[in-house]
Amino acid sequence: MVHPPVADIPPGSLPSGSLPQVDVPSGVPNGLPGAAPPPPVAPHRGSVIGSAVTDAIVSGLLTGLLLLPLVGFRATESGSGPLGLTYRFGLVAVFAAIVAVLRLVLNLTVWRRGRKVKTGTEPSAFAALVQKAAPALRPAFFSFAIAYPFLAILLSGGLSPSRYWVDLGIYVLTYVMLGWGLNIVVGLAGLLDLGYVAFYAVGAYTFALLSTSVPLNEFFAGHLGEGFWTAWSFWLCLPVSGILAAFWGVILGFPVLRLRGDYLAIVTLAFGEIIRLVLINWVSLTNGGAGISSIPPISFFGVPFNSSDDGFAARYGLDFDSMHRIIFLYFVILGLAVLTALVTIRLRQMPVGRAWEALREDEIACRSLGINTTLTKLTAFATGAMFGGFAGAFFAVRVRFVSPESFTFMESAVILAIVVLGGMGSQMGVAGAAILLIGGMEMLRNLSFLKADFLFGPDFDPSLYRMLIFGFAMVAVMVWRPRGLVSSRLPTVFLKERKAVSASLVKEGHG
Amino acid sequence: MSTQTLAPGAVAASPAPKGAPLLSVSGVTAYYGKIIALKGVDIEVNEGEIVTLIGANGAGKSTLMMTICGSPQARDGRIVFAGRDITGLPTHEIMRLNIAQSPEGRRIFPRMSVYENLQMGAAITGNTHFAQDLERMFEMFPRLRERIDQRGGTLSGGEQQMLSIARALMSRPRLLLLDEPSLGLAPLVVKQIFDAIKLLNETEGLTVFLVEQNAYHALKLAHRGYVMVNGRVTMSGTGAELLARPEVRAAYLEGGR
Repeated sequence: MVHPPVADIPPGSLPSGSLPQVDVPSGVPNGLPGAAPPPPVAPHRGSVIGSAVTDAIVSGLLTGLLLLPLVGFRATESGSGPLGLTYRFGLVAVFAAIVAVLRLVLNLTVWRRGRKVKTGTEPSAFAALVQKAAPALRPAFFSFAIAYPFLAILLSGGLSPSRYWVDLGIYVLTYVMLGWGLNIVVGLAGLLDLGYVAFYAVGAYTFALLSTSVPLNEFFAGHLGEGFWTAWSFWLCLPVSGILAAFWGVILGFPVLRLRGDYLAIVTLAFGEIIRLVLINWVSLTNGGAGISSIPPISFFGVPFNSSDDGFAARYGLDFDSMHRIIFLYFVILGLAVLTALVTIRLRQMPVGRAWEALREDEIACRSLGINTTLTKLTAFATGAMFGGFAGAFFAVRVRFVSPESFTFMESAVILAIVVLGGMGSQMGVAGAAILLIGGMEMLRNLSFLKADFLFGPDFDPSLYRMLIFGFAMVAVMVWRPRGLVSSRLPTVFLKERKAVSASLVKEGHG
Repeated sequence: MSTQTLAPGAVAASPAPKGAPLLSVSGVTAYYGKIIALKGVDIEVNEGEIVTLIGANGAGKSTLMMTICGSPQARDGRIVFAGRDITGLPTHEIMRLNIAQSPEGRRIFPRMSVYENLQMGAAITGNTHFAQDLERMFEMFPRLRERIDQRGGTLSGGEQQMLSIARALMSRPRLLLLDEPSLGLAPLVVKQIFDAIKLLNETEGLTVFLVEQNAYHALKLAHRGYVMVNGRVTMSGTGAELLARPEVRAAYLEGGR
């Protein structure tokens, strides 16, 4: 029997990736040492690069071939004449190059053979960093949030130019608050809610309807003076919005008590749509798709933000500026968000919060420990919905116009994405994800430097690509941090040390 | 059948008349939809006893335990605990009557720490004697003290079972329901767990109702036993009596020890 000289080739020098791997030299009789699996070999550096390059070229060529008919030819209309044909081989080449380069990078990093996979019980480096920074992170985050509008004014040079930045801050903080509210339902109690926007809508419409109600206005005008309702409506309606939203949370909670996971998600999704459709079709109450406008603006606890003598500016000796109202709105939403966070932190240390977390882990075990799961679920729905309602009322007073179009499923999806990306149950994670998603998406509008002549030219509209980049970013985060940015959970009580263990080591509860 | 009269445990004596069983299940049937799982079961557990229920897979052992806990609820028959009819009560209310359960498959909270798990066990009684009970659990299961700040899901199977039992005991129950504590554990660990149950019974007079597949160990441990086949109780007697029965030996012991 002639042995083929396979064994002489150093293992690993064979191009991998594109070729099937030959492990055992064929022709070696059974029973001899050669039949045993080859000992593990350290990957040969040169060959790794070689095979990666080969692989990149092959996949680039394949992409080019595939895309040639799909992208390379384009039928164009030229006026009334016959269809013309244009060739876009350059574009095909660009796509092929992108695939080749990406594959090369992946082959040299993530997919590299012999790459040491990290193992261990410690939380990942990122989680450890967050853990270490956690005590400082909260105050830092909070101080930055307080200083933010002033920083914006300083850096943009004046009140009026800072409007965009303060508005952006309000926008982001609204989602931080919504994320924290939904975090109670999804992150703590483990009830997948795809219809959270319904409570946002309930809060917004409650405030919009009450504040524009003529009978209420007349009632208060008769008793407490003209203009009382306009000035105070937000502060009086805010708790009402929260309570009504919580009430609707309980209404949603009852039929879905026995549902879990996917089924719960479908029903809550339907609930969100029902609320939106009711808002559209109940024209006599909600004015249908036209929405409710002329909602009174927010007041500084009864003092209106206007240029009159009783206005905020006159009363506190300032020059009138419409930015005062915007900055005040910023601090209102900051206060509401902080309230959400503090209530959640407090509740987590109380029996009801612990019961939520236990419910997320294992419902049957909860029941066998004497926990009333019905009550626990309903309180989770109600608490989460209440904060959604607060945020809704705030939304209505900020925009001063509500219509069903603001409360589509997309909103629910974005809020849920914030919670999932941030890491379920983690407050800092959720806040970070809201800043990243909402702020980042807004920032993508500002990529005007891409319009430079040497890049894409003035016809290029970067804002069209922001959803694409957003999608890529989501996929990337989910690949590298499948349980969200902050996946470790801190116990609420501890005996010796507060030890956080990465969630990836422990399976999810399937109660 | 001898009624054991051991010293009452940490819990005050029952309002039930002397001599009446702590738990009595009479003529109970239970269904999963249209499928009958229990066909009229009678079982009694006296104060201070360890009673075991053995049987093959699908005999209805776990169903009986779950029916005592109210999920599924019994369709006919009566379940009386400490003189009170608990047949129609929802699970969480039954559990507030000083019954504790370590459910099948342990069902600890995987992402919560051992400490938090034990705290959940005291969800009903609150903080009144939490520290004291915690210390008691540590004495019984020293491993839990070592693991106190670890997540439940990172414990080994045996440790999880210890945690499950300790969690159930945190509410100071009069009756402990154990569903297959030996499931998936090494023989040595099973012995540790069973020793702990025995100790609890002897020192604190805890009444235990034990559902087991591991017939040999269960019958050795128990004062009395029931054998369940196809949703019916077919045999009963003291542990030693049942161990000696040829039918029991043939069906559950030979080769399966």
